[in-house]
Amino acid sequence: MTETYYDLFRRQGISRRSFLQFCSLTAASLGLSKAGAAEIAKAMETKPRQPVIWLHGLECTCCTEAFIRSSHPLVSDVVLSMLSLDYDDTIMAAAGHQAEEQLEETIKKYKGNYILAVEGNPPLADDGIYCIPGGKPFVEKLRYVAKDAKAVISWGSCASWGCVQAAKPNPTQAVPVHKVVTDKPVIKVPGCPPIPEVMTAVVTYLLTYGIPPLDAQGRPKMFYSQRIHDKCYRRPHFDAGQFVEKFDDEGARMGYCLYKVGCKGPTTYNACSTVRWNEGVSFPIQSGHGCIGCSEENFWDKGSFYEHLPTILPPGWGGIDATADKIGLTAVAVTGAAVVAHAALSAIKQSSSKSSNDKLAAKE
Amino acid sequence: MKIEKHSGRVIEGPHENVYVFEAPVRLWHWITVLMIIPLVVTGFLIGDPPSSIGGEATFTYEFAWIRMIHFSCAMIFTVAFLMRIYWAFAGNRYARSLFLPAIWSIAWWKGLFRQLFYYLFLKKEPDSWVGHNPLAQTGMFVLFLLGTIVLIITGFALYAQQSAWGSGWMVAFGWVHTLFGDAQAIRTLHHLSMYAILVFMVVHIYMAFREDIMGKETVVSTMINGIRAFKTKGH
Repeated sequence: MTETYYDLFRRQGISRRSFLQFCSLTAASLGLSKAGAAEIAKAMETKPRQPVIWLHGLECTCCTEAFIRSSHPLVSDVVLSMLSLDYDDTIMAAAGHQAEEQLEETIKKYKGNYILAVEGNPPLADDGIYCIPGGKPFVEKLRYVAKDAKAVISWGSCASWGCVQAAKPNPTQAVPVHKVVTDKPVIKVPGCPPIPEVMTAVVTYLLTYGIPPLDAQGRPKMFYSQRIHDKCYRRPHFDAGQFVEKFDDEGARMGYCLYKVGCKGPTTYNACSTVRWNEGVSFPIQSGHGCIGCSEENFWDKGSFYEHLPTILPPGWGGIDATADKIGLTAVAVTGAAVVAHAALSAIKQSSSKSSNDKLAAKE
Repeated sequence: MKIEKHSGRVIEGPHENVYVFEAPVRLWHWITVLMIIPLVVTGFLIGDPPSSIGGEATFTYEFAWIRMIHFSCAMIFTVAFLMRIYWAFAGNRYARSLFLPAIWSIAWWKGLFRQLFYYLFLKKEPDSWVGHNPLAQTGMFVLFLLGTIVLIITGFALYAQQSAWGSGWMVAFGWVHTLFGDAQAIRTLHHLSMYAILVFMVVHIYMAFREDIMGKETVVSTMINGIRAFKTKGH
C-alpha cells in the first residue's frame, strides 16, 4: 500500500488549504514551532499510511466514542481513515471470521511495522477467561498481536493503569497493558476517556516523528506534563482563598475554586484545562464540578470524588470516610492521654516513695 | 566517670558535667521548633482551607500567602536538617546518636529495657544517661527522623508539581511520583507523617520535662547550654 495520507485527503475531497490548516493546528497542539507544521505536512504527503490494529479488552468503548468525536478540522471524515485502521473490532465493517482473517492478514503484511492500539485491558485470573473476544482469552490475543508490533498505544486509563476493572478487590485480576507487553515501547494516553484531540495528535506525532517524548510514567510529555490545576482558569480563586464550600452556595455561583469539594486538579496530569472538550467548549471544572482525576493511576481506589484527602482505611475500620486526619488525630489523642496518665502515675509514685523515705529517715 | 559504650549509661561515678549538645545541634533544634509550628498550622490550613473570603480575586492572595509561608518554612526546616546531617559527621559522638541507634549492641538493648521498665514503674531507680537513652533514641529515630525524611521527600515531591515533568524540582523529585503512581498517595503520606511528628512532640516535651524533674540529670537546660549536669554529684 503506497497511498499517503495526503492522497487520501485529496481523494476525500479535502482541499490543500484545509490540509495545511490541519497540519498547523496539530503542530500547535503538540507545542511544535512553525516548522513543525511543514514537517507534518511533508510526512503526510510522503509517508505511507500507518497501519494500525486496534484491540478491545475489558473496556466500555468510551475511548472509541471520544476518538470518533475528535473536533479537529478534518476529523468528521478523515480521522478514521487517517489511520489505516486495518482492524478494529468495534467499528470495522467486517465481522466474525472475516474480521479475524483481516487481523491475520494485517499482521502478516505489516510484520514489525504496524502500531497496536489497545483500548481496555486483559484480565489474568483463571487463564484470562473473563474476556473472550473471538473465542480466545484477550490476554493471548494481546500477546500474539503485540509480538510483531512496532509500538503499542495504551488508550485510556484501562489500558494505561487498570481503571475501574482493576479497582480493589480486582476479582478478574485486570492489569494494564504494560504488565503484559514488556518488550515494546508503550505509549500511555490515560483518561477516561482521553481527550479526542490528544488522541489524534499522538497518532499524528507517531506518523511524523515516531514515538513522542514520554515522561517517567510513559505518557506523552506534551499533554501530560502539567496538572489540570496549573492551567485552570479558576486558579486565581485558589490563590485568593476563594473556595466553593457546597455545590449550592454563593461561591459555586461565583465560580470559585473547587478544591474544598474534592477537586483532584492539583494531583491530576492531563490537558483538560487547556485543550478542553467538545471543540473546546468546556471541561468538568468549567461546568462547576471538580476534576475526578480520571487520568491518574488508582483513581477509583482513592475514595470519594468530593473529599480532599482519600480514604485509606478498609471499610469497617472507622467507616468509609476514615481519612488520614482521623488516624492522625486519634494517634495524637491516645498519646496525649497516655502522657497524662503516665505523668499522674509518676507523681503518685514519687510522692509515695518520698513519704516512705521520710518514714525511714524518721525511724533512723 | 565511667560510661557504658553504645548505651551512654553512667556505670560509675563521680558524675561530672558533660558537654553533650554542641552549638550547631542546639541551633538546629530550636530552628526546627520554630519552623514546625508554622508548618503544622499552615499545613492544616492547606489541607482544609479557611472559609472563603469575598471580593475580587485580583486583590486577594490569602491562600497563596498561606502556602508561601508553608513552603518558606519547609525550605528553612530542610536546610537546617541538612546542616544537622553534616554535623553528625563533624560533631561529637552525641551528634550521631539521633541517626545511629546502636541496635547491634547488647548493652544498648539492655539500656532500652532498663529505661522501658523504669517508665513502666517496674524499676524504681532511674539510671543516669549522658546522651539520649536508648529508648529515647528509638523514639527519635522512628518518629522524628523517619517522619522528617518522609515529610521532606513527599513535601518536595508535592512542591515539585508546580514544575512540568522533567523540569525544575521535578528533575529531583519526579521519582517519588513514579514510585507512588499517583499524587493522592503522596499527599496522604505527607499528611500522616505530620502526625508522626505531632505524636513525637507530645512524648518528647513530656519526657524532657519529666526527666528534668524526676530523672537524675538535666534535660531541658541541656538543649539551651549544651551541658548535661547530674544532680547526684560526687558518687
